[in-house]
Amino acid sequence: MSSSLSTVVRNHLAALRMLLVFTVITGIAYPLLITGVAQAAFSGQANGSLVKQNGKVVGSSLLGQNFNLPKKNPNDANEVAKPDPKWFQPRPSAGGYDPLASGASNLGPNNADLIKTIKERKAAVAAFDGVPASKVPADAVTASGSGLDPDISTAYAYEQVARVAKNRGIDPSIVNKLVADNTHSRALGFLGEEYVNVVELNLALANVK
Amino acid sequence: MNDTLAGWLQVIALVGALALSYRPLGDYIAHILTTPKHLRAEKIVYKLGGVNGDADQKWSAYLRSVLAFSAVSVLFLYGFLRLQNHLLLSIGMPAVPSPLAFNTAVSFVTNTNWQAYSGEAAMGHLVQMAGLAVQNFVSAAVGIAVVAALIRGFTRNKTDRVGNFWVDLTRIVLRLMLPLAIVFAIVFVASGMIQNFHGVESISTIAGDHQSLTGGPVASQEVIKELGTNGGGFYNANSAHPFENPNAFTNWLEIYLLLVIGFSLPRTFGKMVGDHRQGYAIVAVMAIIWASSVAIITANELHSVSSQAGHLAGGMMEGKEQRFGIWASALFATSTTLTSTGAVNSFHDSFTPGGGGMTIFNMMLGEIAPGGTGSGLYGILILAIIAVFVAGLMVGRTPEYLGKKLGGREMKFASLYILTTPAIVLVGAGLAMALPGERASMLNSGPHGFSEVLYAFTSAGNNNGSAFAGISVNTDWYNTALGLAMAFGRFLPMVFVLALAGSLARQQPVPVTAGTLPTHRPQFVGLLTGVILIVVGLTYFPALALGPLAEGLS
Repeated sequence: MSSSLSTVVRNHLAALRMLLVFTVITGIAYPLLITGVAQAAFSGQANGSLVKQNGKVVGSSLLGQNFNLPKKNPNDANEVAKPDPKWFQPRPSAGGYDPLASGASNLGPNNADLIKTIKERKAAVAAFDGVPASKVPADAVTASGSGLDPDISTAYAYEQVARVAKNRGIDPSIVNKLVADNTHSRALGFLGEEYVNVVELNLALANVK
Repeated sequence: MNDTLAGWLQVIALVGALALSYRPLGDYIAHILTTPKHLRAEKIVYKLGGVNGDADQKWSAYLRSVLAFSAVSVLFLYGFLRLQNHLLLSIGMPAVPSPLAFNTAVSFVTNTNWQAYSGEAAMGHLVQMAGLAVQNFVSAAVGIAVVAALIRGFTRNKTDRVGNFWVDLTRIVLRLMLPLAIVFAIVFVASGMIQNFHGVESISTIAGDHQSLTGGPVASQEVIKELGTNGGGFYNANSAHPFENPNAFTNWLEIYLLLVIGFSLPRTFGKMVGDHRQGYAIVAVMAIIWASSVAIITANELHSVSSQAGHLAGGMMEGKEQRFGIWASALFATSTTLTSTGAVNSFHDSFTPGGGGMTIFNMMLGEIAPGGTGSGLYGILILAIIAVFVAGLMVGRTPEYLGKKLGGREMKFASLYILTTPAIVLVGAGLAMALPGERASMLNSGPHGFSEVLYAFTSAGNNNGSAFAGISVNTDWYNTALGLAMAFGRFLPMVFVLALAGSLARQQPVPVTAGTLPTHRPQFVGLLTGVILIVVGLTYFPALALGPLAEGLS
């Protein structure tokens, strides 16, 4: 009995020692090695593809942002912020573009709340951009998976051009060109979808004098 | 290029890359599992670990090593999570509460990576990389080790030895997982993924708003999360999060990585049993199921089938990212639920009834097309044994597979294996639905709400880890129930597989005769595919009828 007990103990002790060895190799040495290479060779990407304005970091081109008018009362959590017509607007977000609350709505394909929300968004976007509701693309009225999607479809970007140009008092052709310049075609020509990065586009817009 | 052509090219490129990897990777894994030579690094590991690298274990000793390693891993990870606030790089995260720590520890050790927490709000950097990601490596290796023992059961004769767990584990980590992880982690960073040790930094945005930017060693964890079919995201949004999956190229590469070992292991099997055709037959069954599932999910999502929200919006983009679109999201959803990965780049809860229902059915198949690293292959080999047995019944002969007789003892282990997971899934989901408090965890109501509960137990019992994420599962009941489902769903099948390995290895091989069922021809591919669909379909049909089927037809 005592010999079988000591076998069990020996077995678990070996297991613990093996686990510690693998923790050092794959849990400490490996991520440190990758971080070292990443910081030395690809520091821009490794640190979050940060974008700057006048030398100050104003976000990451990978993470979407809100482009809203300031709230009347900034401390009122219940006040819904209104979109600022001077900026290109991103997709709806389940987490309000907060990187500390990434995620989706998780509402089902026939959920009554989702159907109601999509109807409301469609009407709001159509009125905001001055287009018929039937023209509003799907990405403009659906929340993304991450809640941080920085991208919109080209259709949604071009839909917003006239409104942005009018509210900034600049020629629509300039804004059109900015959209074209900030359109990303499919990766390698065939992977994923074409998109416009709203963070990059609005940053370019901010630099138009 | 139009959408349809681009979508097809994306799938074709993936199939091409996997086909090119099949022979070299499969042969290499076979070499790792059979060579008598130890590397110097491995000898050092054996010495530090205090194990004998030259001992050959009986199946029972092999099993005891697997269980001891896993039990110690759960305790170690549990302690790590409970104490993380006292350790370096905790970036201000508090200790993980007890039921959640238990659930998370079991989840990562069982290769499930079910996450009842939100990464950016609960986990510090050290516990992510030295706690959770370590299990991403070793739990994947444990799966391959167990299937290696099963294959040795077929290849060895009149012996009670099936290999050495510590040697298999060490070699798979050092010679397979680690080199691939290093290469692809660097590719990921070069393509835009983050890799740093920053905490949360507050910045002022372009429009003058405030935003909290997160950091972390993401790329190093992302690669093993896919390669080891683990699936636990660094962040709550998993592979939908732009820091975990910045563009459509990294997305495609993630899908490749989560499939490549599973699809190459049949080659390893064919090589080890000395007949490559056996490997081709198995991989053909996997490919048929995978391709059918890709077609079904993609078609449902593209045409918003039975989804009012999708028709109203003009496309199934709720829960999906613009840079991926529908094709790449459907491809990811299929691949992650047919392996034991459970990573997501889009949220299945918002899929069409047909698309979302298919992700549940994929997991119910037992994750065998191609399945988790190792666990997928032993899963489909058990089903192959059932298929041979069924064929044997039809002609009234004692069935045999690869020269080994499948007698009462072997069939008992195979049957127990097949029954374990459905019992866990159906009893678990039934209990949750019977308890009013647990039923209230559903986010959506009606059949879709039931699908959330069914998905949770299917995911846990099959060690997948993805979710219909609307359901609130961070409660003591769900953390405990799903934790037990993951543990039983992982280790009971392993007990039966290793017992079967021991039983097969003891046998004297029987010669092939004219009456032997050939297991490498299209006829067997068809038979095995049919057996898989019938065995699974009959088991789960009533539950599916109450969830996705009811929703799709109403």
